[in-house]
Amino acid sequence: MEKNKRITNCKVVIIGGSAGSLQALLQILPFIEKPISFAIVIVVHRKNSDEQTLESLIALKSKITVKEVEDKVKFESGFVYIAPSNYHLLFEKNETLSLDTSEKVNYSRPSIDVSFESAAEIYGEHLIGILLSGSNSDGTIGLRAIQAAGGISVVQNPLSAEMPFMPNNAILHTVPDFVLSTEEILEFIKGINQESEEA
Amino acid sequence: MIEDIELETLINDVYEYYGFDFGSYSRASLKRRVSRVFYLDGFKHFHDFLSKVRTDPEYCKRMIDEITVNVTEMFRDPSFYLTLRKEVLPLLGTKPFIRIWHAGCSTGEEVYSMAIMLKEAGLLHKSILYATDINASVLETAKSGIFPLRMIKDYADNYRDAGGQQDFSDYYIANYGFAKFNESLSEKMVFSQHNLVSDTSFNEFDLILCRNVLIYFDNNLQKRVVNLFDDSLAVLGFLALGTKETIKYSISQTKYKQFAKEKIWRKIKE
Repeated sequence: MEKNKRITNCKVVIIGGSAGSLQALLQILPFIEKPISFAIVIVVHRKNSDEQTLESLIALKSKITVKEVEDKVKFESGFVYIAPSNYHLLFEKNETLSLDTSEKVNYSRPSIDVSFESAAEIYGEHLIGILLSGSNSDGTIGLRAIQAAGGISVVQNPLSAEMPFMPNNAILHTVPDFVLSTEEILEFIKGINQESEEA
Repeated sequence: MIEDIELETLINDVYEYYGFDFGSYSRASLKRRVSRVFYLDGFKHFHDFLSKVRTDPEYCKRMIDEITVNVTEMFRDPSFYLTLRKEVLPLLGTKPFIRIWHAGCSTGEEVYSMAIMLKEAGLLHKSILYATDINASVLETAKSGIFPLRMIKDYADNYRDAGGQQDFSDYYIANYGFAKFNESLSEKMVFSQHNLVSDTSFNEFDLILCRNVLIYFDNNLQKRVVNLFDDSLAVLGFLALGTKETIKYSISQTKYKQFAKEKIWRKIKE
């Protein structure tokens, strides 16, 4: 990595993805051991009719507890949160999550840009944004907002992405802190807030 | 994005100059909505925007119309409507007269959905549907019953998924890219402006629907609104919210029983 940022103060890891991202998520999430000292938020595009299948699948595979996202649910570290279908997921100052059904952004609701921007505003340098596979330009503006607020941006290596358009778009229009394969993303997440492993 | 302090100034001014109180709206969403209008209308400096809002009541109205979210659809969340059709309407049908309130009805798609289900259950003739919103412009659309034709295919799918068995196209006439829903559906609808933040109860209802409105309010305002609904609901009446909303932080759980696994609660005691 060209940048040697020590990641010791992370509160939130937010992961965005679209087509092909489920496969990547399943190569990452099941291998993260608990407890984790941060929260993981997942924002992926899916059909409106798919209301609970993603939650159930990830809950089944992940060792970390998946908390159902309802309006104004308390947002705390140690859990996985998944943006519900057909709502934008937003972050409030009082450590709760809120939802919004306003217009689609980048043809998407939930939109990755919307959640990334909102998380960046609240969590600033304590935030890591990861953008996975997809065939849509969503996420690029959000990653830029995360970096502007002092957070870290990670993009899945397009070569390891089933649908490289979304990561490519982010690489084309921003300078990500890290470009990583799914295996490297897993190692990266495992290393978060682990001071002893940094040197 | 506008700054937090700018948003708070705007909230204060809109309240002071016009009496609309956005102070208890969820900030994350409100900030996005206000930023959207600010850029949409081509403002560069926040003080220009603020002074336009202060001095031009027409512009302030436009801004409020734009920041309130008006995304809705017919038979939104079909499984919810299926439960209403199969389990709630038969219970309401035993009453001599059915009063329904759609609070925050937006452009009215859900009100027409309800009217269709009531008609098919043979209950529309003895029902009255009150539909209210803070936004006067959307109520005009709701009254007209005219919706974009491009949405109709999705609505017809939702209608079928919600247990509809008729030919959906019998309910509207298509023309010039729009679908106009039959007046026999809107005969029993009453539209009026109502602000959940500041207005009080105006009738007693057997079913209140308020879907994806509470998500824009903070916990205190949610509490106020749920209690307003409680004051407006007959015993054994139903309260229906959006799929990600709950009354559990707002009102004593001994008074309400959740119905099926949808976001429908029945008031079990006064």
